[in-house]
Amino acid sequence: MEYQNIFTQVQVRGPVEAGIPLPRGDNERVGKPSYNWLAGWFGNAQIGPVYLGFLGTASLIAGTIWFVIVGFNMLASVGWDPIQFIRQLFWLALEPPPAEYGLSIPPLNEGGWYIISSVFLLASVLLWWARIYVRARALGLGTHVFWAFGAAIWLFLVLGLFRPLLMGSWAEAVPYGIFPHLDWTAAFSIRYGNLYYNPFHCLSIVFLYGSVLLFAMHGATILAVTRYGGERELEQITDRGTASERAALFWRWTMGFNASMESIHRWAWWFAVLTPITGGIGILLTGTVVDNWYLWGIKHGIVAPVPDLWPAVVDPAIGG
Amino acid sequence: MKLWIPFATAAGVLVGAAILFGADWDLPPVDTEQIGYAGSGMYLTKDREKQADLQQANVVPEPLYEADPEGDRAGEFYENVQVLGDLSTDQFNLFMASITEWVSPEQGCAYCHNEENLASDEVYTKVVARRMIQMTQTVNVDWQAHVAETGVTCYTCHQGQPVPTNVWSRNLVPGEKGTALGWSGGQNIVNKTAGNTSLPANALESYLLEDKPIRVHSLTALPNGGNATTTKETEETWALMMHMSESLGVNCTACHNSRAFNDWDQSPTQRVTAWHGIRMARDINQSYIEGLAPVFPDNRKGPEGDVLKVSCATCHNGVQKPLYGVSMLREFVDSLGVKTNTEVPDYSTYTPGETQVMGSPDSAAVAPATGSDATALASAD
Repeated sequence: MEYQNIFTQVQVRGPVEAGIPLPRGDNERVGKPSYNWLAGWFGNAQIGPVYLGFLGTASLIAGTIWFVIVGFNMLASVGWDPIQFIRQLFWLALEPPPAEYGLSIPPLNEGGWYIISSVFLLASVLLWWARIYVRARALGLGTHVFWAFGAAIWLFLVLGLFRPLLMGSWAEAVPYGIFPHLDWTAAFSIRYGNLYYNPFHCLSIVFLYGSVLLFAMHGATILAVTRYGGERELEQITDRGTASERAALFWRWTMGFNASMESIHRWAWWFAVLTPITGGIGILLTGTVVDNWYLWGIKHGIVAPVPDLWPAVVDPAIGG
Repeated sequence: MKLWIPFATAAGVLVGAAILFGADWDLPPVDTEQIGYAGSGMYLTKDREKQADLQQANVVPEPLYEADPEGDRAGEFYENVQVLGDLSTDQFNLFMASITEWVSPEQGCAYCHNEENLASDEVYTKVVARRMIQMTQTVNVDWQAHVAETGVTCYTCHQGQPVPTNVWSRNLVPGEKGTALGWSGGQNIVNKTAGNTSLPANALESYLLEDKPIRVHSLTALPNGGNATTTKETEETWALMMHMSESLGVNCTACHNSRAFNDWDQSPTQRVTAWHGIRMARDINQSYIEGLAPVFPDNRKGPEGDVLKVSCATCHNGVQKPLYGVSMLREFVDSLGVKTNTEVPDYSTYTPGETQVMGSPDSAAVAPATGSDATALASAD
């Protein structure tokens, strides 16, 4: 029964691991490593040490500046009332400038803070991106995580930089707030005639839901064969054992085709990165080359016709 | 025992309790009615518990008695009857008794009248009430595209309250007043007039007082430079739509096929009624409510000093057809179903406690409405 695991049951404890020696020129890793019982439920029980270095430190500083600018603007937007700040936290946001300022720099308290904080957020994200590249190379890894993060940054840049530039207004950017950014998303879809009919939106959803499906299939498969050592995936790749054979057979018997121990991770990686890549293309086209996706869908025959149940209804503004 | 465990458990319980009991959930069962073509997702959902509460809260009061339309005219028999002078004295007295029940059942006649001299206009509420009677007449005659034959009475909005429960005034969000930071574009704060969303706080002012364009969609698939509407403006339209949805207790699909919100060809007939309703509320606020600003005392104004205005919720009170479509007007056609005196006095000359007559006391006899005018189904635009 102990291998029917859907929760981590075993926590390996021993002398904390310092990691491999670092090459000349790298910083020291920071923090005294320790064990954490709760962390052990979800992953490795050892916390730290962390490699910060220049890129990590600079990224955290820039990110903190963005966070503080957003937070203080939220606090000021409820008249510096700490109770309302907590009560309404999910409603508050740092709002991009009004459309009338176009791509110029708006007054500080009318979107200026938004532009300044965005510069810091961009710096923070790009520094973190570079850090991921450098750390991967330092460990002798491939740069797959770097490119995957790059796909997410593509969507982030489309929303906050490329599309506002093409539309000629910083007002097109997304507010920094919990509910406000969700309201923005829904209003964006409504304004441009329903993103449901945007084929890149369709693709993005396919890859998003596909990622979820693949993740569930892969996770379930590996957990199901841990009793044969299947969780040691890399070993199974180079020296295929019964776990891998059974997992492969299971899928080949049930659906006629199976991914391999290597290829399932390519499936996962591509589905994951294609989600924001296609989504970003869809956003970039919206308002710039397509203004009403529903009408675009009609033009291209992807809108299902429905019978006219209310033939008497006409726009009262016409001829009224 | 590690210390963080009880703390984490307590925090989890508190957050869980806040989510469970703090939010206004609709507990099942919820009734669903299909109103559109199969597969189009057009349903009206109604929570049974909420409906039961609304049914109780929106009951039409019984008429006090039936008045005799014959006999002396009120305008000749009483002093300073400017709008309802064509009624018989019996009808007039019934109306006065009814309006007391509708608007000020606890305060009684003295809420509007100096009881020593009922003809005097010195109590500001009497001047307001007269204007509101004119407004009700206009709604029933000129806005039948929205209120149909059902019509409205004072009770539709007031429901026994001197100030209707659902009114609004200008709402400057706190951040607007700062100078260095905290600007939030008039949104991003709990918006009680738009279903507690974070949508723009002043949407009612934009659309139900001013006539900011509501439509945001382009009518061509590709951009042709003709529609500069932004996502932000869409959010404000959405705030109005949330307001309407909450005010009537209906989903978006009551008026729209949500796959193409702007397309009239796929919209239920209710959307046309709602379209006229928006314009009716705007007309009420512009022509009747705002003009009374000099008459209202400060305690009847909002925090920014503007008068309390009407929205969809003022009449609808959470119900798609106010008072569940029961017509109270039927009993009061002679008083509220015809336009009699439409004269607007100069309210800036009003001095509470002093002005004895606001407007011209004889005007009722001057312009009685003819039958055909009074019942004509007017164009609503």
